Amino acid sequence: MVGTAVELIAARLGLERWRAALPQDARVFQILFLASLLSVGVLTRDFTLRWEQMALTFAAGLMTQVFALHRLGLPNGSYLSAVVTCFGLSILVRADSLWVHPLVAAIAIGSKFVLRVNGKHLYNPANLGVMVALILLPGAWVSPGQWGHDLVAAGWFLMLGSVVTGRARRWDVSWMFLGCFLGMVALRMLVLGQNPWVFVHQLGNGALLLFTFFMISDPMTIPNHRRARLLYAAIVAACAIFWQYGLYRPNALVWALFLCTPLVPLLDRWWPAPKFQWRPATG
Amino acid sequence: MPFLRCLAAGLLACAGSAHAFCGFYVGKADAGLFNEASQVIMVRDGNRTVISMLNDYKGEPTEFALVVPVPHVLQRSQINVGDRRIFDRIDAFSAPRLAEYHDDDPCSRRELDMMKLRRMAPASMAMEAKAMDRALGVTVEATYTVGEYDIVILSAEQSDGLETWLLQNGYRIPPGASRALQPYIRLDMKFFVAKINLAERAKTGLTYLRPLQFAFESEKFMLPLRLGMINARGPQDLIAFILTKNGRVESTNYRTVKLPANMDVPLFVRSEFNQFYKALFNEQAKREKYRVVFTEYFWDMSWCDPCAADPLAPEELRKAGVFWLNGEDGQGGASKVMLTRLHVRYTRPTFPEDLMFQETADRENFQTRYVLRHPWTGKDDCPQVAAYRESVRKRQQIEAATLAQLTGWELGTVRTKMGLPAHPEAKWWERLWN
Repeated sequence: MVGTAVELIAARLGLERWRAALPQDARVFQILFLASLLSVGVLTRDFTLRWEQMALTFAAGLMTQVFALHRLGLPNGSYLSAVVTCFGLSILVRADSLWVHPLVAAIAIGSKFVLRVNGKHLYNPANLGVMVALILLPGAWVSPGQWGHDLVAAGWFLMLGSVVTGRARRWDVSWMFLGCFLGMVALRMLVLGQNPWVFVHQLGNGALLLFTFFMISDPMTIPNHRRARLLYAAIVAACAIFWQYGLYRPNALVWALFLCTPLVPLLDRWWPAPKFQWRPATG
Repeated sequence: MPFLRCLAAGLLACAGSAHAFCGFYVGKADAGLFNEASQVIMVRDGNRTVISMLNDYKGEPTEFALVVPVPHVLQRSQINVGDRRIFDRIDAFSAPRLAEYHDDDPCSRRELDMMKLRRMAPASMAMEAKAMDRALGVTVEATYTVGEYDIVILSAEQSDGLETWLLQNGYRIPPGASRALQPYIRLDMKFFVAKINLAERAKTGLTYLRPLQFAFESEKFMLPLRLGMINARGPQDLIAFILTKNGRVESTNYRTVKLPANMDVPLFVRSEFNQFYKALFNEQAKREKYRVVFTEYFWDMSWCDPCAADPLAPEELRKAGVFWLNGEDGQGGASKVMLTRLHVRYTRPTFPEDLMFQETADRENFQTRYVLRHPWTGKDDCPQVAAYRESVRKRQQIEAATLAQLTGWELGTVRTKMGLPAHPEAKWWERLWN
């Protein structure tokens, strides 16, 4: 309804010309919409994230992207993935100062241009940024439980909807990861005889949503060959389960991805396939 | 003396933090306010953990049974009967508090400066035959009598066997406990089971039960609250005082939320602070649908502002289980102790998993503190008084709305209690058509 109304108004006002200038891909909006939803949710619900920290993340992250593209002579490079990285970092990283966020954003986005193997950047920038904050920076931490069920439910709904409607991206890795991870959570629940609500409770973790659709799905940092990607997703899921339920440590997802990332160049060597190409509009 | 202490702390605080104020401490709402609230002190650094559990048990001593899953078989030296007063001290120290200020004479220059400053400042057994035990799959790993408690450490193979064993050995456990025990058995956890030794209890001459403490090493930073829900009907309360070295503790599997605090409330709250805080907590827990962990306090234990009670002495902290003072952890030197006070109101469906925690790097102090501001009551002897009185009137309107919003109390009642008309003043256009 609302969409139709917007279309009509846009037609009246002769906005087609403007629309041509906007990205054609609806997923761009879906990603931005979901990221905004989570960010607003975190800003309004999590008492430890400050809007200044979020603003500084975006300022530093985008400036790093501008600088790097300029140095590489790619003036038409896209900023979408940098925006997504900045959303991810704002949602995950917490700090008691204002300098941690911009530093992490600059390192995360800078790493795309520095840490490269076989023409691909090695680490997912948001994942690397989170790990730098966790391991190296004082006064920084990750708050995995701060979303709340209703917000996360809205996120799952939106993201599943957009994945089903848009097929171009490499979502196979997301499905495989989600299936393996949730499968193992369910298996554990059955073996231990836990309350079935444990499963639902795990789904209410915003970090899982963010990780599945923003981090492990990053096509530049996963194996090129489909078979390798699926194997990789299963390994990351197993590693995360071990971290969470074997070692009883927090932040299992980001740790698992960080530890498994060095496998990507190896898997690319074993199963060679052409590198993923972003369409110009989706950057 | 409280005033002097508060003043000194206030000076320190004002130098270090823009959030700190020094007010007169006038009241607190301690854990006793919440009936049947379980209280736990948890001390944690690395894998080392000390848990103290306070049993607010009021029934027949023969019916008392405590079952706690523990990561391994505890030695006698890992178990202690603590001092109940430590709970009272930590509770009083970290309890939600009321601070009160008196407005200064608006005619004095200093007050004008203070008003500017204020605008700038923003505002946690009996034993059966061994053969029988084996048939049930239950092994008695150890038995101890510690203080007034008889303690058994059990390992079990089957949850129904464990349930049967407990019932046969005279432990009053609720029916259906086996379902809740099962996950712990499958995780190869042991069970710390206590009941009261009546003879030993008589020797202590105490009318209450002293807290049980146990020290162990485990990678799991968690509190097993699922067992407490076996026969719970309504929501239950848990207050956890968590003592760590570095920073604020939060839950990793539930949302951790700070209670709304540092707000100005009407003056009548002074005489009914307990009712106020109870209503506030009920309202906030309900609003969050019993799905969150509330932070009530987070502060470095060496100082407070305003102090609801004197900070704990090193000896008291040691009794609470803090093992790193005076180089006792082998690292040498005194270290900091940070206290996070978490208050959870949970129900079976909303807390399907045990509470898992992490210590964050966050060191920003927080307390549930509410503020009373007494208006200045002097003569109108300068032109600023009219403006001051107007500001007080506006302030009271906001205080009434804040109180109603925090507690769910009806706004009209609040306003009447404050001596304000039950309804806010009508706008000029509302008066025009009536």
